[in-house]
Amino acid sequence: MVTAAQGVTTTHVGLAQPLVRIDRLHVHFPITSGILLQRRVGAVKAVDDISFEIWKGETLGLVGESGCGKSTTGRAILQLTRPTQGKVYFGDQELTALSGEQMRRMRKHLQVIFQDPYSSLNPRMTVGSIIGEPLQIHRMVSNRAELRERVQELLRTVGLNPYFVNRYPHEFSGGQRQRIGIARALALRPDFVVCDEPISALDVSIRAQIINLLEDLQEQFHLTYLFIAHDLSVVRHISDRVAVMYLGKLVELADRKELYQSPKHPYTRALLSAVPIPDPQLERRRERIILTGDVPSPVNPPTGCVFHTRCPIAQRICGAEAPQWRDINGNGHMVACHFAQPGPEPIALRGGGGAL
Amino acid sequence: MEGDPLLEVRDLRVYFETRDGTVKAVDGVSFSIEPGETLGLVGESGCGKSVTAMSIMRLVPHPPARTVSGSILFQGRDLLKLSEAGMRRVRGKQIAMIFQDPMTCLNPVLTIGRQIMEALQRHLGMTKRQARARAIELLELVGIPTAAKRIDDYPHQFSGGMRQRVMIAMALSCSPQLLIADEPTTALDVTIQAQILELIAKLRREFNTAVMLITHDMGVVAGVSDRIVVMYAGRPMETADAEVLFSDPRHPYTMGLLHSIPRLDEERKERLVPIQGLPPDLISLPAICPFAPRCTFAVDQCRAGVPELRLVELNHYVACIREITKERYAHAAVATSS
Repeated sequence: MVTAAQGVTTTHVGLAQPLVRIDRLHVHFPITSGILLQRRVGAVKAVDDISFEIWKGETLGLVGESGCGKSTTGRAILQLTRPTQGKVYFGDQELTALSGEQMRRMRKHLQVIFQDPYSSLNPRMTVGSIIGEPLQIHRMVSNRAELRERVQELLRTVGLNPYFVNRYPHEFSGGQRQRIGIARALALRPDFVVCDEPISALDVSIRAQIINLLEDLQEQFHLTYLFIAHDLSVVRHISDRVAVMYLGKLVELADRKELYQSPKHPYTRALLSAVPIPDPQLERRRERIILTGDVPSPVNPPTGCVFHTRCPIAQRICGAEAPQWRDINGNGHMVACHFAQPGPEPIALRGGGGAL
Repeated sequence: MEGDPLLEVRDLRVYFETRDGTVKAVDGVSFSIEPGETLGLVGESGCGKSVTAMSIMRLVPHPPARTVSGSILFQGRDLLKLSEAGMRRVRGKQIAMIFQDPMTCLNPVLTIGRQIMEALQRHLGMTKRQARARAIELLELVGIPTAAKRIDDYPHQFSGGMRQRVMIAMALSCSPQLLIADEPTTALDVTIQAQILELIAKLRREFNTAVMLITHDMGVVAGVSDRIVVMYAGRPMETADAEVLFSDPRHPYTMGLLHSIPRLDEERKERLVPIQGLPPDLISLPAICPFAPRCTFAVDQCRAGVPELRLVELNHYVACIREITKERYAHAAVATSS
């Protein structure tokens, strides 16, 4: 068994400590049948045996298409969805072994920013109470004056006017609401933040503002991010390392530069080639790898390699045997494909071409 | 090269009366589409791109909306002057539309076969049997595997990408001259988006269908459009051939959009250059350049009136009084971000 732990060696000497360690994580949701006596008839394998580490101070990007299990992975790390199997460590603490009450106390170290700034803020609470609530629950402030001061300071930190404390979420635009969500996540001075598609719901001209804010805050508060997104260009911009998920499995994980320059998994390569580039001349010349068909159901994932039903280079072995999760270049570039070869070149799909 | 345009929108203004005031959703939009041409309409939410499209289809409810001025000439006829019955013969038959979310546009209790056949029977007078055969052909054309079997399935039995294919099959059923696609890939994953964009490009190659593609994604329009209109606050900011718009943009808003997104084909930037501020409130827009409050280059004159589109080069129009180029923008961007 090769785990990510053995893989990552040379590239992150400065960040020797893993802050979060995920060991053979499984999240299966039961499917039941029957009205009174519910029988279990199957399971949605949302996350199926994945292992990786998040280093202190880094941003790990997690990409994949809808339904691949990336958000479930984020929730399972935070124990918002309890994993079916496998372990999650935060520093030395095994989160999966903690009781609900113990976990609640841990939460000040682990926070989350959600995708939809409309549904993730309570419309009946003022901005002040939304941001102040975690401070009160965790008794981080001793009186109302201090609370108010902390909330105003947080508003300033995320670039909002501190006089907004008495306003309600509906008085703000999407980008401003996302800033409120970020202020709430930062209130307890966490070490680790799961950013679950934090910019997908925002207007194009606002996205860059929020990305820059997240980067500034990371530097200012020494945060570690798990950045979940489906937009590969944004993930490249913000991440130090990138992991690619498909149908509940990790298919590739590497240093940002290496992943984008020499993707070793056919799925990663297809994803990269599908990203539209705002340049008509380049778009015309580009050779797109268009995957056929849809993502199979996670209730009944394909045997062997989960990607083989859509893979342009699949052979017989791919349907029979699951590929090993292995370090292909000896530097922490992890990939699960039978045909991945070491070296700087991207995996060959149809007679060459660059990574784009 | 100058033929008669298939569609010509002239000075369209559509306002909505709300309790808080008049929302000028579309405020002076003009453009034209040649037969077989693909026009990209780009802008952020609330810029008026969808209201423009819905106005062409005459699907904007009046009231609360009010078409204040303008004409929409389709093959020389003004759609705004057609009777409801006349419009019904255009809608679906000559101009078809597909939407962002295919699930809400399909009737969940009818099989997709029945939904495609409806237009064939109504507009083309086909018998049930003919319509069914044609529906199967159409589903095959848009790449639905085992179409003859799947025709009796209900919408929920299809995935998002497949539903969008069904919508396209339906839109194509009467061989329209113009297909309006309103954010057709926004709800889809990138690999499925690539499939649908490829399909739209194929329609144009094989049937010479003109396409009006509405999106917020500069990457999506770049790949498929011949011409592009960039909209902001209900007005066109810049209109140009696709290649020119990307290689030589002249409006600070267009440049802002291009600068603020990270690109896969470029070296990673240390920092993105966002457009400052927020999109404007469309109620009580002052009579100034709508982008001026967010524009790095705004001068007093920008606040003296609403700039009209002016010709800067052949087929390239810009609603900006300043002479801003890509180089100047990049220079200013470096200055502000450091």
